[in-house]
Amino acid sequence: MNTEPARNVIHSRLWAEDAEDDDAFTAQTCYCSGYDVYGELLEQATYPEYLYLLFRGERPAPHIARALEILSIAVANPGPRDTSVHAAMCAGVGGSPAAAALMAALAAGAGVSGGAREVFQCMQLWTSCGDRPEAWQHALQAPAAAGRMQVWPDAEHPPGFAPYGQRCARPVRQTLSALATCLADGHIAWLAAHRETLEQAAGRPLAMTGVLAAALSDLGLDPAAGEMLTLLLRLPGAAAHALEQGESGFRRFPFFAIDIANDPGRHTDQEQSR
Amino acid sequence: MMESIPLESWEGPLRTTMGGCFPGERAVFRGHDLHADLRDAEWMDLYLFGICGRRHTPAQLRVLHAIWVNTSYPDPRLWNNRVAALAGSARSTGILGISAALATSEAAIYGRQIDIAIADFLTRAMTAVRGGRPLAEVVADELRINRSIGGYGRPVAKSAADERNAVVLALAEREGLADGEHVKLVFAIEEILLTGRWRMRMNYAALAAALALDIGLTSREYYLYLLPAFLAGMPPCYIEACDRPEQATFPLRCSALIYQGPPRRSWVPECR
Repeated sequence: MNTEPARNVIHSRLWAEDAEDDDAFTAQTCYCSGYDVYGELLEQATYPEYLYLLFRGERPAPHIARALEILSIAVANPGPRDTSVHAAMCAGVGGSPAAAALMAALAAGAGVSGGAREVFQCMQLWTSCGDRPEAWQHALQAPAAAGRMQVWPDAEHPPGFAPYGQRCARPVRQTLSALATCLADGHIAWLAAHRETLEQAAGRPLAMTGVLAAALSDLGLDPAAGEMLTLLLRLPGAAAHALEQGESGFRRFPFFAIDIANDPGRHTDQEQSR
Repeated sequence: MMESIPLESWEGPLRTTMGGCFPGERAVFRGHDLHADLRDAEWMDLYLFGICGRRHTPAQLRVLHAIWVNTSYPDPRLWNNRVAALAGSARSTGILGISAALATSEAAIYGRQIDIAIADFLTRAMTAVRGGRPLAEVVADELRINRSIGGYGRPVAKSAADERNAVVLALAEREGLADGEHVKLVFAIEEILLTGRWRMRMNYAALAAALALDIGLTSREYYLYLLPAFLAGMPPCYIEACDRPEQATFPLRCSALIYQGPPRRSWVPECR
């Protein structure tokens, strides 16, 4: 048997494994941040507790685990009109592999308009503005500083707020309110108390991305981890709707009409239709 | 609340100038009949026309093609290629593995994030220099703000010259496309970065961006043009992983995990 090359190792603060005595490639015991995953967590921990442990390396206090559970339910299914779910359904309706449906949902749910990158940007605002109304006022009204060009398109609205809509949507208010019951002294509580002030500064209603950003910050996540968890938590609805449309079939799925302004055959078509 | 164009006005037929298909009849591609006007186009020509809305000369297409060819490395150790190889090892589909490998290529320390950043910097630097600012000052400013300039230095080979540069530059010279203003600019920047404390050589990202900018691509056009740049190296990684026994590509034994977290502890005593 080959000896293990010394450099080909993975360093991790999260995960350790004990191998079977007679099989170096099969784990007998797995540890997550020191806890025995299959010996203890499997039957003792809840899924939100385990999720938090993976992202933060520590077990959560009960109110934190409950907040993560509420958040997970709130964003699990953005609904079939959402771009990420719509994209997943496009894969589902055409019979693409299941992974393609989730990859589609991730791509269309990753952006700076309603997606995980918007949550990332809003979490950066929470880091810089905290609970200071004047800092938010300044950040939401000042145009974003021009930095070096990124692969992400420029944001067209302040992160955390809805680009359309006249008032804060009811599900957003309901989620904020439910989270405020268990996150009583963090950003979420402050946001619940100052929502209308921030909305006036942004000129737009608070969006679910804004609630997510505040809650994930209260959970102690940095923006990169918050972005990742947002992508993850939004997948269940995309998966379910992709399966549903796969069963329903493409004939019942919208194809939309198209109007090609520079269609070289436009005149021919019009003449034929006359 | 702030006024924005209501979504109602975007309902109805999707207005486009990019094209569409009429199944059983024809297809329109940026105002042209695909099967009449563009039927004989080279794929690279069509791809760039889709991005830029303008056609390119055969010489330009050869240079842009060479930029892709000479960075196609079928090395499964490379992080993006490894995704394709691992997908093969796990017997996933080729398209899933390679699509994910392409998405992985949009990386921060190599690939597409570097490419768009260097193209953007060269564009800004060119404007500044034309406006009379000394290049050394522009470079120092960029380093002060962003701590590095993508396109200079190389994470996997800090001191060596980039093996792709001379090849592509020679081809561009043959095509008469190697002496544009951006190409001169990237060499002038390298000269600045080689002196002083930085000691950074120009890598392929800077030269490729300069050639493309001299051809007339914008930074965002350049970014999209580069999407398949690493593609040709990926299927070989996937195929060979499929040829090996299942899960036999880059196997890691349990002891390859070097744990650096909290000591072993029990969940139960803290149980509610």
